[in-house]
Amino acid sequence: MTGPAGEGPAVEITVDGAAVAARPGELLIEACERNGVYIPRFCYHPRMASVGMCRMCLVTVDTGRGPSLQPSCMVTVAEAMAVETESAAAVKAQNGVLEFLLINHPLDCPVCDKGGECPLQDQTMAYGPGESRFVEEKRHFEKPIAISATVHLDRERCILCDRCTRFADQVAGDPLISFMGRGGATEVNTFADEPFASYFSGNTVQICPVGALTAEPYRFKARPWDLTEAVSTAWVDSVGARVSVQSSRNRVLRVQGVDADAVNWGWLTDKERFGFEALDSDGRVTGPLVRDAATGALVPASWADAATRAVEALSRAPAERVAVLGGARLTNESQYAWAKLAKGVIGTDNVDAQLDDGLPPELVLSLPRATIDEVCRPGGVIVLLGGDPKEELGSLYLRLRHAVVSDGATLIEITPRATGLSGLAAHSLHPRPGETAELMRALLAAAATGAADGGAAGCDRAAIAAAAAALDGEFTVVLGRGSLAETADSAAAAAAMLAGRGSVRFLPVLRRGNVNGAFDAGLAPGLAPGRTLLAAGTDRLAGIWPRVPARPGRDARAVLKAASVGEIDVLVLLGADPLNDFSDRAVAANALDGAGSVIAVDLFVNDSAARAADVVLAAAGPTETEGTFTNIEGRVSPMAQKVTPPGTARADWMIAADLARRLGADLGFASPAEIRSEMAEASELHRALTPEALAASPVEGVMLAGTQIPVPAVEAPVAPGSRGLRLVATRTMYDDGVMLRHCPSSRGLARGPEARVNPAALYRIDARPSTTVRVSSARGHLDATLVVDEGVPVGAVAVGWLAPGAPANALIEAGSPVTEVTVEAR
Amino acid sequence: MAADGYVDHAPGYVANEGPKIVTGRFGYEDSHRLARFEATGGYEGLLRALALAPGAVHQQVRDAILLGRGGAGFPAGVKWGFLPPGRYPYYLVVNGDESEPGTYKDRLLMERDPHQLIEGCLIACYALGLSQCFLYVRGEMALAQERIAAALNEAYEAGYAGRRICGTDFSVDVVLTWGAGAYIVGEETALIESLEGNRGMPRLKPPYFPAAVGLYGQPTIVNNVETLSNLGWIMANGADAYRRHGSESSPGTRMFAVSGHVRRPGVYEVEHGVTTFRELLYGDNFARGILHDRELKAFIPGGGSAPWFFPEHLDLPLEAKPVGAAGSMLGSGAVVVMDETTDAVDAALRLVRFFARESCGKCTPCREGTTWLERILQRIADGRGRPSDIDLLLDVSDNISPGPYPAASDEARGLAAVAFPPRQTTICPLGPSAVAPVVSTIRRFRSEYEARITRRDAIPVKAAS
Repeated sequence: MTGPAGEGPAVEITVDGAAVAARPGELLIEACERNGVYIPRFCYHPRMASVGMCRMCLVTVDTGRGPSLQPSCMVTVAEAMAVETESAAAVKAQNGVLEFLLINHPLDCPVCDKGGECPLQDQTMAYGPGESRFVEEKRHFEKPIAISATVHLDRERCILCDRCTRFADQVAGDPLISFMGRGGATEVNTFADEPFASYFSGNTVQICPVGALTAEPYRFKARPWDLTEAVSTAWVDSVGARVSVQSSRNRVLRVQGVDADAVNWGWLTDKERFGFEALDSDGRVTGPLVRDAATGALVPASWADAATRAVEALSRAPAERVAVLGGARLTNESQYAWAKLAKGVIGTDNVDAQLDDGLPPELVLSLPRATIDEVCRPGGVIVLLGGDPKEELGSLYLRLRHAVVSDGATLIEITPRATGLSGLAAHSLHPRPGETAELMRALLAAAATGAADGGAAGCDRAAIAAAAAALDGEFTVVLGRGSLAETADSAAAAAAMLAGRGSVRFLPVLRRGNVNGAFDAGLAPGLAPGRTLLAAGTDRLAGIWPRVPARPGRDARAVLKAASVGEIDVLVLLGADPLNDFSDRAVAANALDGAGSVIAVDLFVNDSAARAADVVLAAAGPTETEGTFTNIEGRVSPMAQKVTPPGTARADWMIAADLARRLGADLGFASPAEIRSEMAEASELHRALTPEALAASPVEGVMLAGTQIPVPAVEAPVAPGSRGLRLVATRTMYDDGVMLRHCPSSRGLARGPEARVNPAALYRIDARPSTTVRVSSARGHLDATLVVDEGVPVGAVAVGWLAPGAPANALIEAGSPVTEVTVEAR
Repeated sequence: MAADGYVDHAPGYVANEGPKIVTGRFGYEDSHRLARFEATGGYEGLLRALALAPGAVHQQVRDAILLGRGGAGFPAGVKWGFLPPGRYPYYLVVNGDESEPGTYKDRLLMERDPHQLIEGCLIACYALGLSQCFLYVRGEMALAQERIAAALNEAYEAGYAGRRICGTDFSVDVVLTWGAGAYIVGEETALIESLEGNRGMPRLKPPYFPAAVGLYGQPTIVNNVETLSNLGWIMANGADAYRRHGSESSPGTRMFAVSGHVRRPGVYEVEHGVTTFRELLYGDNFARGILHDRELKAFIPGGGSAPWFFPEHLDLPLEAKPVGAAGSMLGSGAVVVMDETTDAVDAALRLVRFFARESCGKCTPCREGTTWLERILQRIADGRGRPSDIDLLLDVSDNISPGPYPAASDEARGLAAVAFPPRQTTICPLGPSAVAPVVSTIRRFRSEYEARITRRDAIPVKAAS
């Protein structure tokens, strides 16, 4: 692995007669490239271990024992090394390798998706023979074969560079594709009956140096020279992976990873890569809709009609009876506009970008932050407190995985059940649901005394003592929300305990889109923009906002409970879908039914809007509007507009400005840039976000650091004493969410409902594995397949949050510290 | 018995006159049993070794100048010294994946005298302070596997292997494993990959020696079966006695497998470095001359991957250095003999096809280049050659192994020898191995290629009735 510069004095080498200062430990191919000498290559990839297989990068190297041909991707620079990249021997060898690669490569470039951006094509032009001396029949394979639901493999085009197979094995940890056969019959393929079902499969398509791997969404859609691109940020989760959005004729056709050294290293999850498909799907709302009083159906309306209906409802309602839920989908600028509209114009603080599915914002914002690089630093100790990064934040998972596998980091996971990282974790602790704080208390006590008194939260003494020993020195905490079947209180209390330890820093990994930007913009109860409590921010906002709510408002749970008993007159769903995303399905349904008016601002008519929205305002999505995005670290990077929104859909900030105007207020800005300059005025935090700073760091983005919020006191709830089975509900990469429903290539990938139990708990269940069981709570039930899973704590039943046809929130009572369930045969 | 010297059984060991260091028991029907082994001085070397300090055993091996018999001919005692001190555990891996075309000496050692090999392993383990040994036997050698497994059972039961060997506090576990039929696994790093359960493909160098980073990333010694089989004798009789055989720079004896057009093909134990090819091929004690009294056309001195020698090279001694200087290699001790009736193109095709099929597919020049060479040769053999194909063969060869490629001298054509080893654009020497028959035959027998290319068989004419 090449990584960044080594430490120490420069290594002097000679490249093509010129003196070059290389970094100690640097690979020759890198040193040459940094100094303007490009050596052709196929198998070499800066983010993966060198294998020296394609032999394209052979150059003449002399280390004092005479010149010899060496693969420059395998040779580390050494003092006084003399390199000839264009010696007769090197030119002949490179020419020979290209001829070898081409003898069996079909010359179907005119119909190949890679044509025009193909390293094989490009390097043949630059380094290859003009014509082939090969007169025999080329190698033939069935072409192409589907190796997964999304990826196709054309083995005739494959040059066996080992990039995709290496990625799958080393980077993703999903070694599902491999070399098979020998000699000239060698091929890449999957194992029998095992598709390349990896969350990261699309990366192989991007790094393939020929057109052997293609992905369904882009196959035969465009020629590379017809595409224009803009660097942007992935929006489906909160990692903020940098992407290149590529479009042609006002349609986004492809999204590719961009190598941001501090963030995603060029890798993306398939959801980040292919999620753009949903934006262009038939289900997209392209203009405003209103509920027809006669038929009860949502019917198209003009913007004037729809906005008027919304404003009528808003202006009738007292401010404290208006609530705005959601907003994580929005850009930072739109979030600020909506915060200003809700808090500064309407005057309600019943605003929450989360749906009881995250962590208390004032806790998250108060914690000292760590960057991804700091968490993943070589040899570091990482405490994972929360959910499964592989399922929730895939590109962060790849960084964490690399830190453990290649950089010697130690991982301690305290999660509700085994995660995608459990196999790599030094210590895996899975407390009984609702007892994370008890476990943390025991861990810290053991770390302080050097010995564990006993087990805690269902984890045994030895495991606690071993994990505690690893907490001896410096560590960072990756803090997320674990199970959604319990309140965040226990985990929040555990995090607050760690925050008390001087040097500990946190990487908050709330998963939902731009939720970090929403917090920073003040889209949460009790907050003003800029990681400031509302009370503390009032003075600064005076003169910028018409008004500021006097008291902190309700959070999502309180809003929905109030709505369900008729205490909310207008409920604005800013991309929110409480029916599917709020912890308690029954409360969500009653709230939607009980709210006076429901106004949805969204890209789709989600289940909640379909049930209850009186007005749906069509919003522009990512790639359709300009703005910025704030990731888990606080890193702000641009969201590029590449196409126009469909129909009459508008950017969310424009909708806010329009509603404000109709309410008699002027938000005072007419572009995202103007919003950013107002944000810099309204918030100390955002002062760093200047146009110059954004322009200076187009890939890495601008870090917003610091907080005005002290660490709140968090009371740990009393652990429940019951002995029943408790529910664990965690997020999965693919579920029945509205975006994925509209994403053709991902639609079938959500796993069916499963109820997972520890084999040691099977005796408590009167049903056989692999049969359908009914999981029931006091609230409701769902049917799922019973699966035995050693990674689930003994006293728990684990389900996916939003499996198709089996939403877990049907079982959960909002605000309940644990969810007790029974499992019986169906 | 078929006519004129053909043997009607698979070629095997032939008891020749001369010192017997590793083949001494081969004549016994029950040579593979523990009882016979013990009755003929077996495990005496181990007991002698156990009475010495490990360092003293290592010194004996160093003093014996025991050259590796796998092909490279590197002194075993020196190789052992490459183990980095203190980075335990070390492993011993026994390379029993003998598959070089023409070579079948290790198979006989494993089938006929498995205890001798086990004793050698134990001595090596003792000398180097390691406690785990992996015996990797070629997948196709069913009898060798069976005999070694049975011998290991006997050795464990008799206390020669396992815990507290012979009452000392020295313990070794010997793990028997076998390959899945890939030639390349004879290359030591590919063998280690295969042992680890991976696809058998060579590792990249550096690190140059498994002694630094080997099996499971630990320091590892990989030794050939014949090399280890010498250790019991050396410990029983001493390094001085060993050095009394063979030449000064190549002491002891060495097994050579002679195959092809000779009267008496077989494996012979010969004095290392003293005997010449002429004696080996023509001597009464050995192969007894060319079959049917025909003329010798060419011979390969060290297995299929070695460049060819011709009649004028018969007086070279069977020793690595002079053979290397003369443009070939002694390799794994396999001498393949071809008489005047041999078609050079067909012979080259046969050998190239082997390497093309056995290429692991990892690096481009070997995977594509060897396959291409095979297809051109096949075309020429099929009568569809073009005059440009000869230069094409040479240039494709040059792209696998940038020239000049090692070759024997040819005074008649005024060509000097090009010394071994070849250069390579590949990861391992397999690709360059496929070049050997191509370059050797074109250099010497270009006219045969030309004849094959220009010759047109007459079109059969059907008489009108």
